[in-house]
Amino acid sequence: MPKIVFIESDGTEHSVDAKAGISIMENAIANNIDGIEAECGGSCMCATCHCFIEGDIASKLPAMESDEDEMLGFAAEERRPSSRLSCQVKMTDELDGIVVHLPAEQT
Amino acid sequence: MTDPVVVVGGGQAAVQLCLALRKEKYSGDIAVLSDDESLPYHRPPLSKAFVTGETDEEKLVMRPASFYETREIDLVLGATATGIDLANRRVVTGNTGYQYRHLVLANGAVSRKLSVEGSDASGVFELRNLDDAKAIKRQLESTSSVAVIGAGFIGLEVAAALNRGQCKVTVFDTADRVMGRAVSVEVSDWFAEMHRAAGIDILLNEGVARICVDANGRTVGVERTNGDVIDADMVLVGIGVLPDTGLAEAAGLACDNGVLVDEFCRTADPAVFAAGDCANHPNRYAGGRRVRLESIQNATDQARVVASVIASSGAGKAPSPYNSVPWFWSDQAQHSLQMAGLAFDVDNRVVRGSPADGSFSVFQYSADKLVAVDSVNAARDHMLARKLLAADVSPTASSAADDSFDLKSLLG
Repeated sequence: MPKIVFIESDGTEHSVDAKAGISIMENAIANNIDGIEAECGGSCMCATCHCFIEGDIASKLPAMESDEDEMLGFAAEERRPSSRLSCQVKMTDELDGIVVHLPAEQT
Repeated sequence: MTDPVVVVGGGQAAVQLCLALRKEKYSGDIAVLSDDESLPYHRPPLSKAFVTGETDEEKLVMRPASFYETREIDLVLGATATGIDLANRRVVTGNTGYQYRHLVLANGAVSRKLSVEGSDASGVFELRNLDDAKAIKRQLESTSSVAVIGAGFIGLEVAAALNRGQCKVTVFDTADRVMGRAVSVEVSDWFAEMHRAAGIDILLNEGVARICVDANGRTVGVERTNGDVIDADMVLVGIGVLPDTGLAEAAGLACDNGVLVDEFCRTADPAVFAAGDCANHPNRYAGGRRVRLESIQNATDQARVVASVIASSGAGKAPSPYNSVPWFWSDQAQHSLQMAGLAFDVDNRVVRGSPADGSFSVFQYSADKLVAVDSVNAARDHMLARKLLAADVSPTASSAADDSFDLKSLLG
């Protein structure tokens, strides 16, 4: 089972056993991680599942669709090069150990 | 029980309220009374990926059962509230009573029923909850033609989802354009054309005389008001919803197209709130008019307002009134429709982008003030529109229509 390490804005770390085939957002919700709101339920409509992907593993992620790219420009916490909407990133075995930082604010 | 908050309803507003109350460090008891048997779930996919089988029940669940346990939320499923005793601050479900300090009515809306002959036939469905969606999915296995009554969001979303394989889809609406209550003419026309090009028949200005049923009680068609019969072994009725106000009315709370609340989502009884589809509230984006909105945004943001009022009561903090830009979305086929604002008293509209290229927005004005923007496959326009409306900044109509004009520059 691949692992995801979620790090809240205050530094609190949660290492969770992730499920491949569902999104990073869905893995966060399934594990009751605070800091991911996902108001729209994964429809790429709200930008409240914003996260920052640490390090080189980001290059293994699927490329961004234009909707995600546009929505990120309006996330509550300012976009960085490592920004993604976690509802648009599907977890895979290859992403085992991925470190996902969460912003202080999603709304 | 300490300072119990009792929530009637188990939808978006109810779950968001739980999240927001605990985020606000509210330490009182919380009970959620949901008449649904399932863990609270996301409804938007029901009319899209769920009916087609692209997503399953597990993925609809908003929060796992452990969420309610760890947040100490008493989620009572299959619990239908049958009465409210305002004087004694008590809600009753069958034989059980729940004492409250704060009561939140978040019980949403119910489908408007079709009243023509045959409306109660076994092949006639509505789509409001998970059970409805499951029933539709089961029926689809033996369905080759579907009639959708009502060309609103749900009707068109389902029509697009089912328009595949051998299934023939016909949509009826008594209005002269699709989604007529919700979007601008340009967007109605674009979607009607898109659906027709994909093979869906859309019959506008078209009443339904009756649902035709064979000798075995099976639905076989829909009779038009001109007498023609369109084959249909399944009928989906999507003619809007009515706020679920029975409980509130019986308790003596004022209702008029929803439970009447103020800008803090409070009813006339200071212990009772309403949020989401059932709440009729004054809205800044409707020029202060009272409106009732059916959307995820409204349910989510009103729940946050209620949480802030409850959490601040006795804590010496000032709560924030409801003041959010209304926004909505509808996914139909592979196209994304996003709406921001409310189109009241519109006297001018301009198009930004290109309907022919499949990406455009309609900026709608009332006395030169931007009031609403409908965007088709134009997420950036939509997000900018939300920001512009929130900041009360109106681009001139000519700059909105000019693709080369950077709207973001107005936001400073």
